[in-house]
Order: sequence, then C-alpha cells, then structure tokens
Amino acid sequence: MSSLEVRNLVKEFKVRNGLRSGTLRAVNDVSFTLEPGKTIALVGESGSGKSTVAKMISQLETPTTGEILLDGHPIGRRGRALSSYRHQVQMVFQDPFASLNPYHTVAHHLERPLRLHGVAQGDALEPAVHDLLERVNLTPPETYAVKRPHEMSGGQRQRVAIARALAPGARFLVADEPVSMLDVSIRLGVLNLLARLQREENLGVLYITHDLATARHFSDEIIVMFRGDIVERGPSDDVILNPQHDYTKTLLAAAPEPSRHGRLREEVRAELAAS
Amino acid sequence: MTATTTAGPLSSPTHAEHVARLEPVLTARHVSIEYEVDPPVRAVDDVSLTLHRGEILGLAGESGCGKTTLAYGLNRLLKPPAILRSGEVTFHDANGHDIDVVSLTGDALRAFRWDKVSMVFQGAMNSLNPVISVRKQLGDVLTTHRPQMGKKERDARAAELLELVGVDPGRLDSFAHELSGGMRQRVMIAMAMALNPQVMIMDEPTTALDVVVQRGILREIMRLRERFNFAVVFITHDLPLLLEISDRIAVMRAGRIVELDTSESIYARAQHPYTRQLLDSFPSLTGDRGSFVRTGVTSDAANGEAS
Repeated sequence: MSSLEVRNLVKEFKVRNGLRSGTLRAVNDVSFTLEPGKTIALVGESGSGKSTVAKMISQLETPTTGEILLDGHPIGRRGRALSSYRHQVQMVFQDPFASLNPYHTVAHHLERPLRLHGVAQGDALEPAVHDLLERVNLTPPETYAVKRPHEMSGGQRQRVAIARALAPGARFLVADEPVSMLDVSIRLGVLNLLARLQREENLGVLYITHDLATARHFSDEIIVMFRGDIVERGPSDDVILNPQHDYTKTLLAAAPEPSRHGRLREEVRAELAAS
Repeated sequence: MTATTTAGPLSSPTHAEHVARLEPVLTARHVSIEYEVDPPVRAVDDVSLTLHRGEILGLAGESGCGKTTLAYGLNRLLKPPAILRSGEVTFHDANGHDIDVVSLTGDALRAFRWDKVSMVFQGAMNSLNPVISVRKQLGDVLTTHRPQMGKKERDARAAELLELVGVDPGRLDSFAHELSGGMRQRVMIAMAMALNPQVMIMDEPTTALDVVVQRGILREIMRLRERFNFAVVFITHDLPLLLEISDRIAVMRAGRIVELDTSESIYARAQHPYTRQLLDSFPSLTGDRGSFVRTGVTSDAANGEAS
C-alpha cells in the first residue's frame, strides 16, 4: 500500500533565555497518514508547529522521537535511501520570489532535478521540461522555458516551483502556505492546479495553511494544530461546519466572512456602550 | 486607457443617500499620478474620492493597481520617479479651515503630515527602528511635532498610547525584536495615533499576521475609531476583511476606481464585473463551494494571471 505516514512525531527545540535553558516542544505526538489522491490540510496559527511538521517530513529537521514511514517502511536519512525518498516526497515553499534563483531560467530550474534524479538526460531534457510546464498550465512551454523569475508574476513563479517539485516524479507534495503570498485572484488558479494534479496524477498533498476557507474547499481532511498538539481532526466539512474544540471555534470566528459584514462594528459598539 | 473608461465609479442610489449625511474630511479630485519611467506609467488615473469624518473607507485591489500610490499621493509622500500629474487634494480641518494639500511645502507640509493625516505603513512589522526603544520612537514623534512638551509629559503620553492600543506600558523600554508581530503592529498604530490625527491611512496593516492576531488588531482599530472618531483609509486586497470592517469600499483596478459603494451594497449587489470577480476569488468559509473551486474548470478569475 502506498502512503506517507507520520507516527507519534515529536520535535523539541533547545531554547536559552539568559542563563536558563529549557526545551520547547514544538510538535507533540502528531500522527497522520497521507494517501495518494488525497489532500490533508494542516491548519493553525503562527507557532502552532505546522511548519515544523512539514520540515520533518521533508527531512529539513530530524524528529526528536517518532517515525516517518513511506509505503510502510521507515524513511532513509542518508545516501541512496535519502535520494530515493526525495524522488517521491517534494516541497513547495511559501515565497516564490525567494525560492527560485534569479540568475537562472525556468528551464534550468527544471532540468536540474530531472538530471539529478535520473529522470531525463541530454536530448530528452527539453521535451521533459516542456511536459512539466504544460502540466502546470504554463503554455506555450517554449515561451516560459527561457524566462527568468523576474519576468513572471508570483502565480507563474509558484507554478514553476510546483513543476520543479514534480520533476523528480514526486508522489507526495508538502505545500507550506503555497498561496499566502499571492494575489487573491491568482490563489484559486494555483490551488485548482494542485487539486487537478492531486486528482489526475494521484498526488498526495499536505496543504499547510492558516486559511480555513481554502483548507475546507481543497482538502479531504483537516487537522487543526495548537501549540504542537493536534486538537481536532476530521473530514473538512465536519471540522469547519461543526467544530468541536474551542480553539477551532476561535480560529473560525477570526476568519473574515463576507456574509458577516458590519458585525464587527456592531460588536465593538455594543462593547463600548456596555463599559 | 480607452475613452470609454472615463466615466466615474459605479455606485448605487443607497450610496448617494449614505454619503449625503456625512461631513467630508479629505477630498481628492481628478488625481493622476505617474511614474516617470520610460515609457511613463500612469499608476493612478483621474481618481476622485471623498473621505468622511469618522468613516472607514476600504480601498481594495490587487498588487499593482495603484492603491498604495494613491495613498502616498493623499499624504504627499510620493518620491520620484512618482509625480502627481494633476488633480487636487483638500483636507477639511475640524476647525473649519480647508488645507490645499498639493501646494503645501516646507514647514507647513511638515506640520500637516502626521498631525492631520498619519499612516500605518505596509510591512509595518518591519518599520520600527531596530536599534532604539519603543519609548524613543514614540517620543520622537512628540519631540518633532509637540516641541513644547516636556520629557515627563512625553513619557506619560507614550505610556498612554501603548495602553490605548492594548500593549503593556511596561514594554516602553523594549526593542522591536523583543515584541511579537502583533505587538509591533500595535506600536505602529500607537505611533500613528500619537498626534490625534483626523485621518489615518493604513496600508495592509494586518496582512502578515495570522488570523487570530489580525482579528484582535481590527477590533482595536474599530474600538479606537469609535472613541476618537478619526477616519480610516484601509488598504488591502482582502475583500472579505474589508466587507466586515468598512463603511464604504472603493474597488480599484489599473489606476482607476471602478466601483465605490457601501459595504452592504458591494456584498449584496456588486455592479462591476471586476468586483464580482474579486468576491468570487474568495471561497466562502461556511457557504457552498463555488463552481470554480476544485472542479478543474478554472473561471476567468482564477485564470486572470495568464493574460
């Protein structure tokens, strides 16, 4: 069975405050299973530990305890095993302005992973690059392949970042706030692209965000984290429409909702009148 | 720009009724701002806008639509190559005098800025000076604009300001890096409020903050507005947020205001296709999924970047 599973993941950081030192438990006993063709959203405010989970999955951090299993086997942390893991699990970062090298063309960004992961060589590179660009809707690919990051919009750059993650043949994508830096009208385009890839190419996506509305619409399951703990999880609509935990309710109340227009003003007026 | 777009923004009859009851505090008429590069870029194109006393006016639009440039124009903060090509900006002071903002120079301009119209800048999280304390930064505004104030008075005012925005006055001696993002933002708002301005321009004041902190700050802004009755120009691309907090919303696109209406009207019956497109770009939290979400059939809104 193909899956990416995290089991009882714990991450502690050493913190020093003056002469005192201690440990901060950023992630406390987190477990979930990501399957191909499914999207799990990890939501929570800043500091809830969601990005630390992403970093452990992409092996940028080592868990203090707990394990990560790919297809039922503990993941390799070195050498060939690590590179085989990286073929299959890739990351898309928040800032498409910082994650692409300004000196290099789009083609360069895509050729490198294709070559390094042995997907394509020599003459096969160009068609492979064009194929990747088409998969992320950057068409015609010839025009985009020669561009440099500054010649593209944020949304286009993020599409390149997604293509780059797909290049090694990834089956799982960890997307850490992939659209929070993009303009609103572009966000849906990028999210719809991820949804299409998930559906058509059977990609498993871990969508990390603090935007509850897109988490609801673009994922099958939502996991709510608060200070390192999972406080609530379940099918997306259940979590959003019928939240159980107080923290989830707080998060939901804080999200802007157009249909509640004017409500905040009324609340504030009522509060002031009462005091 | 084609000739057909010279008409003013779309508004509903309700809007006219709403505005008729209000007293203006800042009026911009036919303002055009250009960036003098080759070829020149007209970032703000013939914009007329009236801000009323005590109202929150939302200015919505995407990156590059000219909303920040317009705000800088209203506050005379434009730096070359940006230049105010034409138009007038009038500030209607509470004491009955009108100030022609465009012609202000030297000391008169210095006295006007921050005292009458202050600003909370974009990326305010990083706008505090990292090497001086909060006390010094708040004091700086007061020493410049209220030279008659003594040190004791300044300290008292600084403490009072922090209290107003919900930060413990004990943090006066803290430096920016010792404060959380939300606290830094509150300090920036305290600084903008230091001189009791009649207008505050807030440029994406909560964009970099997470939702819970953002909500706290919005609440604070609304509360302070009720107390001190300043007018706010709130700039952001987050239309759902604007719908919640603003009295009126101006939707800007390519340097023009395409629609100007009360929040209620924008929410219920937006007239301009672009406004509807912006509204559609936000999936509703609790409502049904729009057809554009997850169907793979991308609407024009979602595909907009390609053009």
